[in-house]
Amino acid sequence: MNKELIIAGFGGQGVLSMGMTLAYAGMVEDKEVVWMPSYGPEMRGGTANCIVVVSDDRVSSPIINQFDTAIILNQPSMDKFESAVKPGGHILYEANNIMNPSTRDDISTYKIPAVVEANKLNNPKTMNMIILGAFLALNSVVKNESILEALKKVLPERHHHLIPLNEKALLKGAELVGEFV
Amino acid sequence: MAENTISTPTFKKTENMEKVWEKPSILFDVPNHYCPGCGHSVAHRLIMEVVEELGITDRTIGIAPVGCSVLAYNYLNVDMQEAAHGRATACATGIKRIFNDKILFTYQGDGDLAAIGTAETIHTVNRGENIVIIFVNNGIYGMTGGQMAPTTLEGAKTSTSPEGRNLDLMGHPLKIANMLAILEGAYYVTRQSVHTAKAVRKTKKALMNAFKYQIEGKGGTSFVEIVSNCPSGWKMTPIQSNEWMADNMFDFYELGDIKTPPKEGK
Amino acid sequence: MSKKLLMKGNEAIAEAAIRAGVQGYYGYPITPQSELLEYMSSELPKRGGAFVQAESEVAAINMVYGASGAGARTMTSTSGPGFSLMQEAISYIACAELPCFLVNVMRGGPGLGTIQPSQGDYFQAVKGGGHGDYKMIVLAPNSVQEMADFTYLGFDLADKYRTPTMILTDGALGQMMESVQFPEYNLDEHLVDKPWATTGRENGRKQNVITSLHLQSEQMEQINLKLQKKYREIEKNEVRYETIETEDADFLIVAFGLSSRVCHKALELAREEGLKVGLLRPITLYPYPYDILNKLADQVKGMLVVEMNAGQMLEDVKLAVNGKVSVDFYGRMGGMIPQPDAILSKIRELYSAHTKTKMEV
Ligand SMILES: Cc1ncc(C[n+]2csc(CCOP(=O)(O)OP(=O)(O)O)c2C)c(N)n1
Repeated sequence: MNKELIIAGFGGQGVLSMGMTLAYAGMVEDKEVVWMPSYGPEMRGGTANCIVVVSDDRVSSPIINQFDTAIILNQPSMDKFESAVKPGGHILYEANNIMNPSTRDDISTYKIPAVVEANKLNNPKTMNMIILGAFLALNSVVKNESILEALKKVLPERHHHLIPLNEKALLKGAELVGEFV
Repeated sequence: MAENTISTPTFKKTENMEKVWEKPSILFDVPNHYCPGCGHSVAHRLIMEVVEELGITDRTIGIAPVGCSVLAYNYLNVDMQEAAHGRATACATGIKRIFNDKILFTYQGDGDLAAIGTAETIHTVNRGENIVIIFVNNGIYGMTGGQMAPTTLEGAKTSTSPEGRNLDLMGHPLKIANMLAILEGAYYVTRQSVHTAKAVRKTKKALMNAFKYQIEGKGGTSFVEIVSNCPSGWKMTPIQSNEWMADNMFDFYELGDIKTPPKEGK
Repeated sequence: MSKKLLMKGNEAIAEAAIRAGVQGYYGYPITPQSELLEYMSSELPKRGGAFVQAESEVAAINMVYGASGAGARTMTSTSGPGFSLMQEAISYIACAELPCFLVNVMRGGPGLGTIQPSQGDYFQAVKGGGHGDYKMIVLAPNSVQEMADFTYLGFDLADKYRTPTMILTDGALGQMMESVQFPEYNLDEHLVDKPWATTGRENGRKQNVITSLHLQSEQMEQINLKLQKKYREIEKNEVRYETIETEDADFLIVAFGLSSRVCHKALELAREEGLKVGLLRPITLYPYPYDILNKLADQVKGMLVVEMNAGQMLEDVKLAVNGKVSVDFYGRMGGMIPQPDAILSKIRELYSAHTKTKMEV
């Protein structure tokens, strides 16, 4: 197994922490992982993205321009990374934030109403966990338990009581793509 | 040959004669390279007297500057480092922070401490590093041949202010000790000289205080400025230079304590 | 071995340095290395070391000079603009033969440049960025694990040869996360005696002096000869490199640090197309692996050097190859990172050109 993905959106949407959680979970399962943030001035309010690789073998490069999956949380990122998905790959995008989704027909595109569902869970911040849940349902990269384990590392202690809610969000995401599969 | 022999005076040892002075054993017994009449040699001796009398030779580390006293370690028989131009207090900081029980002093000229090393000087004192800074202010760049220093007085002629220091063009002489005294980290700031026997005694007292404060770990930097002469740089005889210093320098660089430690509480 | 941790490269260097017994860290903030400084500020004092945020990189490196002259394990870290400021003192440190460990997390230059990753400080690190004839051992990690491993190594080599050693890395490796394990390190087995250190004249021993001043030319030449002898020794003992799929290669990529990771990916893609490409990755940039490159020049039909600069290590590759094969270059500058597909198309282009030439012969 070797999964190369990019997560992209606005700074503040939890793009970097979503990627970091996935990388942690990979490590929990003893896989090789890389988390490469795109940092710099553009992090503040502008677009932010991170590359995550989870693999059974040594990861050659943390710099990649062709991805198995792109998780896209805003329109500029859709425009930028649509063409960077390998043929046969996936795009998962957040429904409310994107007007013009990909028109490519050589990849599978999943529209995830994560903002709406997060509001139903009474916590808008669970938006990225819902998308992550959808991604994991489509790609068995790591187990949900490992994500919960990872959240203990990524979240500050005072937010640990939110972990059960995040579990709900993961399951919700899986349920949403269940409708596609 | 007899006529060329200079007879050395012989002193009769007298049993009941009191010994009033002895060269400190930790001053190397070598001729120094300083110009005749230069204040550096007296300052060197005083530091070694103080270190020896305090019994701290085995834990004292000195930092030499770049300047006329760059070779101070050839005279001061304690462990020494030769720092880059202006950086002596940074070196001392690096050591003192790890080896708190060592006694650190820097020995610096005015170009070294108050021009190229101003930032290090200010920040070392501002952090209140528990070290002794000895600042020899001769109002000139001695080693490189008598150029203007930040401390050069108004109107003074040097090789880079041939018409005399013009304040409009060249800025004002810098009273760095007074500047440092306002910093919270400064514990003891004093300005002394070594041009008379009385002045020498006072300077020794000041150095003694400074080293004692460090040993006691009183919290803060001790700064001893020694206003000094530079007969060669000033193009004067040693005696003229001392007179010129007394007549001109002390008006601007007033001698005495600038900041003294707070009195102990009752 | 510690358990696996997910860490940024900058943090891995800091943690490894603490485990390697660093006694004093002196630094000044600059992106993209600040995580290292910040990690040290919170961890080092708790674990028995001294942390000072200096007023400048000039002060920081001179604090290192002082403390290593007094026998301590010391370090500083910075990025290009700060490293430029440190050059004077590094020259003093090399001449006074003080062991210390330095880190340059490169960003795009020249000038204030950008905070994005770069490899533009190769010449400065490898050829001696300060005045006079001196060298530093330069280690170029390409993973977070190596950031940690080479930190231990850097301290040990510094002590072994009484020389400054450094890690030359970049903002991407500094800020990306990978898993890392810290090896067991029994400090007592690694510490060496430093009878030359200025510790105070304990028990009335002879004076120790740390200096780089030797006014007599004859004496200064002797100092230089001694340094050069040490550098030959280092060149004999400490060359490190990694080869990937070079056994059957008829085309070679040469790259260090982050570029070597991207080239590894390009190599995988090229191999999928049946192109017999190999990769040589210098790990020590000084001493440089000239010999292996010279040997590989007999085997391959061409070489491609890939760097995040205008072609600096390229000069060393050409020196090593000495005209035996053609050496091409692909580089990005100013904070741009070469992408795998761009390198792949360069490989395709050169590969067919060189193998065709061979068939015509
Ligand atoms: C970076 C650097 N710049 C310049 C010099 C040249 N230099 C050596 S000594 C000196 C002036 C020293 O003057 P001061 O500190 O007043 O000491 P003095 O010689 O008067 O005792 C200068 C400019 C140097 N060694 N290093």
